[in-house]
Amino acid sequence: MHRVINNFLYSKKYAPYIFVLPFLISFSLFFVYPIISTIIMSFQRVFIGSITFIGLDNYKRLINESFFNAIRTNILYTVLTILYLIPVPIVIAVALNSKLLIGRNAFRAVLFLPSLISIIVSGVAFRLLFGTGEFGFVNSLLQKLGSRPVNWLLEYWPGMFIMVSLACWRWSGVNIVYFLSGLQNIPKELYESADIDGANSLDKFFYITLPLLKPIIIYVLTISIYGGFAMFGESYVYWNENMPGDIGLTIVRYIYQEAIQRNDLGYGSSIGIVLLAIVFGINILQLKFFGIFRREQG
Amino acid sequence: MKKKITLGIVLLIVCLVTMPLFAGGAKETKPAGGVTKLSMWVFNGLHANFYKDRLESWNKENPNNKIDLSIEEYPNAEMHNKLTLSLQSGVGAPDLVDININYFSNFLKGDIQLVELNRIVDPVKDKFVQSRFEIYSLGGKVYGIPTHVGATVVYYNKEIFDKAGVDFNKIKTWDDFIEAGKKVQAATGVPMTSFEVIDQRPFWPMIVQRGGDYLDKDGNVILDSEINIKTLEAMYDMMYKHKIAIPMPGGATNREEFWPFMNKGGQACLIMPMWFMSRFLAYMPDLKGKIYVRAMPIWEPGNKRSVGIGGTGTSVTKQSKYINLAMDFLAYAKLTKESNIKLWTILRFDPPRWDVWDAPELLAPDPYFGNESVFKVLLAVKDEIVSPNNKLLSSAAQDLVRSQVMYKVLVERSQTPAEALKKAADELRKRK
Repeated sequence: MHRVINNFLYSKKYAPYIFVLPFLISFSLFFVYPIISTIIMSFQRVFIGSITFIGLDNYKRLINESFFNAIRTNILYTVLTILYLIPVPIVIAVALNSKLLIGRNAFRAVLFLPSLISIIVSGVAFRLLFGTGEFGFVNSLLQKLGSRPVNWLLEYWPGMFIMVSLACWRWSGVNIVYFLSGLQNIPKELYESADIDGANSLDKFFYITLPLLKPIIIYVLTISIYGGFAMFGESYVYWNENMPGDIGLTIVRYIYQEAIQRNDLGYGSSIGIVLLAIVFGINILQLKFFGIFRREQG
Repeated sequence: MKKKITLGIVLLIVCLVTMPLFAGGAKETKPAGGVTKLSMWVFNGLHANFYKDRLESWNKENPNNKIDLSIEEYPNAEMHNKLTLSLQSGVGAPDLVDININYFSNFLKGDIQLVELNRIVDPVKDKFVQSRFEIYSLGGKVYGIPTHVGATVVYYNKEIFDKAGVDFNKIKTWDDFIEAGKKVQAATGVPMTSFEVIDQRPFWPMIVQRGGDYLDKDGNVILDSEINIKTLEAMYDMMYKHKIAIPMPGGATNREEFWPFMNKGGQACLIMPMWFMSRFLAYMPDLKGKIYVRAMPIWEPGNKRSVGIGGTGTSVTKQSKYINLAMDFLAYAKLTKESNIKLWTILRFDPPRWDVWDAPELLAPDPYFGNESVFKVLLAVKDEIVSPNNKLLSSAAQDLVRSQVMYKVLVERSQTPAEALKKAADELRKRK
């Protein structure tokens, strides 16, 4: 018996499969199985104990205003967060990387802290800061400045603003760390030779730092697009039960609303499948555009 | 040696990967020393206080059948999502659970995972306001025990009315209400009232009192009926034509923004169910003595002067290991005379059992509410309290009204009442 196991474990044919088995098991349990059952459920009406196939009915229902609102909000949110979350952290990272800055380790820690706080905790704090009416913190500041209080949670653009600002506040720190590690990999010799050639700081930033950060930027862009389309926390914590006029409705929030709040798992599944298709499509385009599929040129 | 280590590591990895599959199966409820552990979920901390009180007296009266009830509190939406998921997946649900009427119809779909409660309800049913059982029933089977009648009333802030020289006792119709509102607004600069714009009050009671609703008795969608359109138009006019009402700060009565606004006298009156008395007591201490409770004004003769709105149905789940004990405790905590009196004294809820309505505890004057006997108001309209129809599409209908209709008509003003109601009704009809 012992020998059989040993032969099995040390055979070149089977051993590799054993080593990838943990991954295969978790992958099939937590990815393949749910995806397949989601596809099946998207053609069904699902109640506990009574499941009926209803063909394409769920997909036909997708053609409605709320779903298009959700897609629009997702796209806007993604674009706005990326517009902030790439340039600003790069500039901050360059500053933090400079030896001239006093106390830069303290700054690094402080800037990274927000990403350690749970979205629910920070979201509740933001929600109360941006309370509607005249009693909210931000509104009382606005009134002191002579402006009228804003209905943060009841209008589209203010709602978008507080979602984007929460995301930017939370994720800047993480992106700064990415860019810092990228910056530290840039050889100092390049800057030294640029100095000899008489380049100023801006030249060095645009002709050395940025081009060499490109792989990091592409990586951050990819996860930001994914993060933008998978966004749920901000929407959930601001508009916990009630989503007035689809202000903060994102695709994942729409899944949640239909599948869980209105107990229609079949329809929720069909939204999920469409989301999968959208994210998959964008990522393929992006990877093609940035040439990840091409072989590295030696 | 090396081989054994390798083998050990492989086994360890396999164990670690597959371990979660076997975890979390068994429940840890074992009766020890005659005490049975039961679990309960509630979505409001105030309710938890009530059950703690009931548990204490149950344990005093039943020394041989004590219960150790662990009550877990969750925010409203989270609790119901958790319940949906645990009932769908078959594990993790509590023995007893408070289910908000906003979500109740979700749990009556398909194979119902709640226990039929007729055994404890039938013996006392004729002592209760019948419509409060109907909202938690399907096909004659009761699945939830009501917590209150939820009779909608108007809470008048007497201080503001006195300043304006208006007597709220004379307000009998909504036209009177608008006229009084104009005087209050002109004299004090304070709006008469505010409407929920991310929730459904007072729209819902206002339509039900004159015969409208979201669904009819058979569950058909009647959200875009003439009555509903006319009512929503009247609400719109109160806000933008007569300028006596504003969108509620925060959008709903359960928002942190609303309580300080109301507490500081930001509006002259509030149209909400009786159970909102508990919120006045808990969150708006400065209004003590100033608030007077009166029945709803009416639209036209023949309308009802109150509507039972909102509700919490307490249910036993089929996952419970001690279904009978859970039912007995539930009967004790919610169906007995004593408990119905406690619903009033602890929570200020209008108890659904009407044979306690003339108990001295209920008729005692309340210093917060103008030192009046609030319950006399309810006794006067006792036979007029109707409840909305709670059919399968109810959760979805309420959600649509809350999230689309109110906001688009009253805040964004991008759709007329007729357009918004028609649109929501059409979307609802697609869900059949």
